[in-house]
Amino acid sequence: MSAGLAAVRPHGTVAIRGGTVVDAGGSRQADVLVGDGRVIAVDPAGVEGDRTLDASGCLVAPGLVDLHVHLRQPGREDAETVETGARGAALGGFTAVVAMPNTDPAIDCAAVVREVQDLSAGACCDVYPSAAITVGRRGVDLVPMAELARLGVRIFTDDGAGVQDSQVMRRALEYAAGLDHLSGGRRVVLAQHCEVDELSAGGHMHEGEWSSRLGLGGQPSEAEELMVMRDIALSRLTGSRVHFQHLSTAGSVAMVRAAKEAGLPVTAEAAPHHFTLTDACCADYDTVFKVHPPLRTGADVDAIRAGLVDGTIDAIATDHAPHTSADKERPFDAAPPGMLGLETALALALTELELPIERVLALMAWQPAAVAGIDDRHGRPIAPDEPANLCVIDPGVTWTVSGAAMASPSRNTPYEGRELRGRVRHTLLASEPVVIDGEPQR
Amino acid sequence: MNPPGRDRPRQHLLSINDLVRPDLERILDLTDSFAEVSERAIPRVPALRGKTVAWLFYEDSTRTRLSFEAAAKQLSADTLNFTVRSSSVNKGESVRDTVQTIDAMGIDAIVVRHSCAGVPHRVGDWIDASVINAGDGRHEHPTQALLDLYTARTHLGDLDGARVAIVGDILHSRVARSDVLAFAAMGAEVTLVAPRPLLPSSLDGWPVTVTHDFDDILGEIDICYLLRMQIERQASALVPSLREFRAEYGLNSSRADRLPEGALIMHPGPMNRGVEIDGDVADRPNAVITEQVANGVAVRMAVLFLLLGSGMDLAEGSRVMAA
Repeated sequence: MSAGLAAVRPHGTVAIRGGTVVDAGGSRQADVLVGDGRVIAVDPAGVEGDRTLDASGCLVAPGLVDLHVHLRQPGREDAETVETGARGAALGGFTAVVAMPNTDPAIDCAAVVREVQDLSAGACCDVYPSAAITVGRRGVDLVPMAELARLGVRIFTDDGAGVQDSQVMRRALEYAAGLDHLSGGRRVVLAQHCEVDELSAGGHMHEGEWSSRLGLGGQPSEAEELMVMRDIALSRLTGSRVHFQHLSTAGSVAMVRAAKEAGLPVTAEAAPHHFTLTDACCADYDTVFKVHPPLRTGADVDAIRAGLVDGTIDAIATDHAPHTSADKERPFDAAPPGMLGLETALALALTELELPIERVLALMAWQPAAVAGIDDRHGRPIAPDEPANLCVIDPGVTWTVSGAAMASPSRNTPYEGRELRGRVRHTLLASEPVVIDGEPQR
Repeated sequence: MNPPGRDRPRQHLLSINDLVRPDLERILDLTDSFAEVSERAIPRVPALRGKTVAWLFYEDSTRTRLSFEAAAKQLSADTLNFTVRSSSVNKGESVRDTVQTIDAMGIDAIVVRHSCAGVPHRVGDWIDASVINAGDGRHEHPTQALLDLYTARTHLGDLDGARVAIVGDILHSRVARSDVLAFAAMGAEVTLVAPRPLLPSSLDGWPVTVTHDFDDILGEIDICYLLRMQIERQASALVPSLREFRAEYGLNSSRADRLPEGALIMHPGPMNRGVEIDGDVADRPNAVITEQVANGVAVRMAVLFLLLGSGMDLAEGSRVMAA
């Protein structure tokens, strides 16, 4: 692959012409010239480059940042690899993703962090491995957090499970607060998959009207909310940052809102399926709708949307979770939870959320970049000398979702056949086009 | 994919919720005529000659499987028995691969039991044959509900307005889910009698009332339907003890004495004598438990005949509980 890349690299400059530039500073009609990894010029009068990308009618935006993806490598390369996941990310407009550590083996030591970093070289987007909080994600012993922070890990999480033991979580928060000097002044953050195992045990969907009718074991909202409540308390106790992953209930949103109003250093993300789908989707036992945390009620969907609108929730994160068809064809009780998300997230936000484009980009680019501590490279303003990690979005185009057409070897999208509005046309990573007109270049 | 000569879409029996009262009444009426067949010296009619029915039981079952087999044989259908224990399932074959293999052998119907809810629904998406749900997890057991309706109707006549109490472990019971829908569809008033941890977390949309006071309603019910207490689930401590469950929710002799004249005592079996039902109560004349088993054959004949042999539709459509 490195030989191939060497051949691709010396392309010189790229002119992105005819678009509307949108970043945290607002929007303006301008062409953008990039090269050598950086933005060279932003000029309303037009630019010329060695190559030209048409952006007429499109938005030229910072590349998106996904705080939550499962790339399945090492361990389940039949479901996804770093290479295919990064390709799907680029097709979805992402230039940076945070890879979750629930691989096999888990990302809980320097060797596996390095392995994922090595696998990421030459990928279609920047891949930042997160690391587990506890060894083997077993909730008992802390991983060598300082060593992993030195390697570049900024987010620690036992995602797939929450840290059940309050004392372990307290110690992890206290220890992480002393690691900032190892990470270039950018803070290390502990991210929590909030789920109290005792309450959700035996559950395979949201506990409520539908689980009762379908005869499926339920996971009550309170299983999530109790851990959100506990970790807000631990943030108060330790003064440490906590990032709440994939919030799914109205109660969780309300607690995070109150914690922020109280000045606690908490942040939160929500997944597109939690603001677009409800537990009623499980009515036909189609396991593509099985996900953790589970799809909740319409009232929860409304609360997630309200949290995205009022700033309680800082980021849209996909929780992209590929699974093979064979695994998803198991009975509902036995099928693994999770759904694809990278290639539909932006379109769902544009189609389903009534937010101005600047707000959508805040939730998908600069705010998650800040949470991940990568806001020196991603989610940057589009201005001369800034890193040229960009996506070009056609906001008006409609398209039909097809799992088979996605980059992932898995096909478990819950939106199959759905018509969505808005799609990524080009993606540039360090000024190199990795997607042109919806086609991956690597 | 459809074999030649198949001129209408396949029908399944997956949930009582797919049936409305006229559907249920048609099945019960047809059961009357098949009950007559069972009483003949040679209990066999050629109604399903040339049809093949397969059994796929992922969970142990004695009475349901024997009952289906007897029903198919009396209708002269050929049967294929797929025994999970001796099959490739133990070599890791998926449900989908297994049922598609069986379907490829040219079957007309497959009777599926699985410990996970929803498996028969998924099988219906994957193959051409009719699927009959013979019990899926804690979801439904539609033919059990049909034989319960038939047994109740035999004794009580029209079930419109009949007062039915379903007692015990509702949460884990597929029989309860099907029986609630079936009795309610026939116009009966259904009361669930159980401690809160043995009820589903939500009863929104269920056509039932709930009480925790068994004694309070004993004198005002026409059918006392007892469910098998899942003793093995005691590990999760849903009730303090079996002793306390028996004291509060068991049908002992003194409670049975207080049932109105002519009220039926029903149980889907197998019984835990001394837990949900006292030994001598199960043997009283108004306990119709073995009759339920006997009626199972005729009811399943009616279902197989309607799905495979009649050219009639099993279901007209709309649901008891709105989607």
